Amino acid sequence: MKVSEHWLRTYIDTPVSITELADQLTNAGLEIDNLECIETDPKDFLLTLKIPPNRGDCLSMEGIARELAVLNQMHYQAPQTLGLIPKGNHQFPVRVEAPEACPRYVGRVIKDIDGSLVTPLWMQKRLQQADIRIISPVVDVTNYVMLELGQPLHAFDLKKLDTEIVVRFAKPGETIILLEGQEIKLEPDMLVIADKNKPLAIAGIMGGLDSSVTPATKTVFLESAFFNPINIRLTARHLGLRTESSYRFERTIDRELQSRALERATQLLLEIVGGTAGPIVEFYDDTHLPKNITVSLRRSKVQAILGVELNDKDIVELLSRLGMTLHLTDFGWEVVIPSFRADLLQEIDLIEEIARVFGYHRLPSENPVSHFVYDTLSENQISLDHCKKTLIDRGYFEAITYSFIDPKLLELFDSLSASISLMNPISSELQTMRTSLWPGLLQAVLYNQGRQQTRMRLFEAGLGFKNEDQKLEQKMLIAGVATGDLYPLQWGATARGVDFFDVKADIEALVKLSGRLEYLNCEASHHPALQPGQAATLLLGNKTLGVMGALHPKIIKALDLQEPVFVFELELATLQQSEIPKFQMLSKYPAVRRDIAVIVGQEVLANQLKSAIVECVWDLLQDVVVFDVYQGKGIELGKKSIALSLILQHPSRTLVEDEVNEVVEEVVALLVNRFQAVLRE
Amino acid sequence: MQHPEVAAILSNAKEALALAKDLNALDSVRVEYLGKNGRLTELLKSLGKLPPESRPEFGQAVNLAKQELTTLLQVQKQLLENKSLEATLAKEQLDVTLPGRGLDSGSLHPLTRTLMRIEEWFLKLGFKIAEGPEVEDDYYNFEALNIPEYHPARAMHDTFYFPDGKLLRTHTSPVQIRYMKSMKPPFRIIAPGRVYRKDLDISHTPMFHQVEGLMVDEGINFAHLKGIIDQFLRAFFEKNFETRFRPSYFPFTEPSAEVDIQCVNCEGKGCRTCSQSGWLEVLGCGMVHPKVLDNCGVDSEKYTGFAFGMGVERLTMLRYGINDIRLFFENDLRFLRQF
Repeated sequence: MKVSEHWLRTYIDTPVSITELADQLTNAGLEIDNLECIETDPKDFLLTLKIPPNRGDCLSMEGIARELAVLNQMHYQAPQTLGLIPKGNHQFPVRVEAPEACPRYVGRVIKDIDGSLVTPLWMQKRLQQADIRIISPVVDVTNYVMLELGQPLHAFDLKKLDTEIVVRFAKPGETIILLEGQEIKLEPDMLVIADKNKPLAIAGIMGGLDSSVTPATKTVFLESAFFNPINIRLTARHLGLRTESSYRFERTIDRELQSRALERATQLLLEIVGGTAGPIVEFYDDTHLPKNITVSLRRSKVQAILGVELNDKDIVELLSRLGMTLHLTDFGWEVVIPSFRADLLQEIDLIEEIARVFGYHRLPSENPVSHFVYDTLSENQISLDHCKKTLIDRGYFEAITYSFIDPKLLELFDSLSASISLMNPISSELQTMRTSLWPGLLQAVLYNQGRQQTRMRLFEAGLGFKNEDQKLEQKMLIAGVATGDLYPLQWGATARGVDFFDVKADIEALVKLSGRLEYLNCEASHHPALQPGQAATLLLGNKTLGVMGALHPKIIKALDLQEPVFVFELELATLQQSEIPKFQMLSKYPAVRRDIAVIVGQEVLANQLKSAIVECVWDLLQDVVVFDVYQGKGIELGKKSIALSLILQHPSRTLVEDEVNEVVEEVVALLVNRFQAVLRE
Repeated sequence: MQHPEVAAILSNAKEALALAKDLNALDSVRVEYLGKNGRLTELLKSLGKLPPESRPEFGQAVNLAKQELTTLLQVQKQLLENKSLEATLAKEQLDVTLPGRGLDSGSLHPLTRTLMRIEEWFLKLGFKIAEGPEVEDDYYNFEALNIPEYHPARAMHDTFYFPDGKLLRTHTSPVQIRYMKSMKPPFRIIAPGRVYRKDLDISHTPMFHQVEGLMVDEGINFAHLKGIIDQFLRAFFEKNFETRFRPSYFPFTEPSAEVDIQCVNCEGKGCRTCSQSGWLEVLGCGMVHPKVLDNCGVDSEKYTGFAFGMGVERLTMLRYGINDIRLFFENDLRFLRQF
């Protein structure tokens, strides 16, 4: 809300400077967002206030003046609203059919006005300062009173009204053309002001064009009502209309203000456009108006919440200044809440008021004392932070990408039916919740490749959102991409591109954190985003850990990436499961290493050979390591040479040469029989 | 005592020794004079041919010559060895200014760096980390937090919705609810995570990070809230600055406050970072609303507590002087490398 200093000072006469006033308001919860000088002679400032949603009472000059009066321990000058003695007895019938949505409706007829006159400049200026358009004296006066007192008003051209005013819910199929010319289809839960036949205005939100006041208008009907805030809010939201009027009604206006505002508007109107006012017609329904509220306030609770003991006198004085009436009880007070503070409903609201006006800066700052909570000391999970640090040690940079992506991009990686999309996205590029972190990471790769960065390792940890069996799974994933050279540009090393096994080593390093590397299994598989023959499913024990591979050339082309790009994505929950180490006795006897090289068919997998060997000589085998794989010159096409190193050791004695030879022969025989291997000499 | 024949051989040997340029040549000298068939050795062998009375004298002369030559050889050997080592060392001299080889390391995203610092501080105080889903129900994001459907405060949250009525959480506060509903007090948690609001401009991204904090126990009051927030902010920025608690409004806390710190850029004098005010708003907080405690089955007469929420991007920007929030999500390596 925008407020001119000059106008504000007409209600409150304080020597306090404008910057101090601004600080006072900020420190009392009405934050000054901006303070700018709008006139130099005489000097005037415009205060822009952020009024919190619970302080509808401060959406007016009077409300802010009232607040300043409390803070400065003085009185403010309420706007003059002399009770007028109506000169005429012209009336117009009002019928309220929906008292639950309109518990008070006050109106009056003013006739013989001169609509050709213009709004005085002083009023125009104040309206414009508050960003309100100048329209006509009648409308300007209603807006002015709204700014001044906080009561939105509406004026109808009485000539265009048929028979009566009816406050009711819209009927099915009814429409209305609003002041701004827009046609609205009304729904049966929307409150309207109608005449005998048709809706004239959407109650509390905006008037209709047909019944609006024009320069030719001679007789007006002025409306001042209390509308149910919830109903206004729902209708305004449904229609996507937010007006100065709805903004105030939504936040609950003073239930006692309607007649006073009507009098004030009448007074200003008669001064500007002349005419005679008829008597006020008022409808109200107590059962639907906000009640007079009395709240019990315990002195002990004030101290319990604020952590400071305030004396009774200060509490009483402070709340009285806020317009409350206090009655002493055994434990504290019964506090009667003024009608303009619809936000004060319970004890805690009063405690907040005490703190707010007392000043947060005057409340103590202390160290809390709390009870211990004993926690477990579990070792069966590795932390995400640990995983992240392992990856950065291996050259990865952490990226953070948006959780929503372009559905067209997602489709390259996953089926759209497995995803969920926002109903109201910012744009189609930020519409569909990612099922994988790859699309976002690859966009980051693309972004950097466009900036002369060709060597890149990025990872991200975050949720993937996937519909599985009609149920949305939000799984924590950790994913990475690697492209470009393995090493940064450097001397003394031959440059080579990163490959599948470099990335696999990164995954193995992650799995090693949990001590479960021996359970890691990598199976060749198919994935729509990965290059056939360079894609693998990773299993950890019997659980799926994730996938890895080379990004499919089709996707590389579609995204305009530089190839090749290697990717992995792991489910964090599986990765995190850790094993408590169990000590194995160390053998005191020497280990023996024997190397063998065999030629096998290309289709024979390294881990088939390994597991066969483990099975065969498990009792003496400490380790078996693949130390060379070769295809090419000297090896028949379709075959490959694999060199294995066997580390043998006996737990309780030194192995003798014959024994070792026997084991090696056994292994060779096994490989020959099972894999048609040929021993390389 | 000199013996002409011995003296001549010794003199020859000394000349040869002086000419030996390396260890091999030196060894040849040794073999030539002291070896099995060396010239001095041969002299000793001829001892038997001499008359007995001259034998001791001659023998002594040869032995003395042998000793002298042996010593000279050793000295010369040491000299040559030193020379050879020096030559090797000179050859193996490195340019130590060349950079190390191998993989370089990456880095954590600056937001993670900030999150880890925040977590570390609170974990040391006995807080636990709690987490919750990002696709949330209306109940946890709004209802249970005292923000019913018609509440004007909903306008402060530009919410992303899904067709089935679920939404992307607009704050990390729903984690409070989920935690309180499933555990028994006392509570001391922080809940870091991504949150979403429909906002995209120079100072807003539709996704950002918050850390929510909650402490509930018997006897917790507003002074404790002030105490913890004051200490945290000073620890985080490593500055002993002033803080300012201003009344604010959040439906789920009461009394509520917004907290400003003295501008870290100008130390409160007023600059562009703080719009000349000298203050920077860094977080929102308050005493947990009794209705929220009651909604979670916590007796609001017995227990009181506070909650706070801070924007991780904001803290990170202030801490490292980052001037554009969008940099966080562009993932430009030139940006990421700086952390």
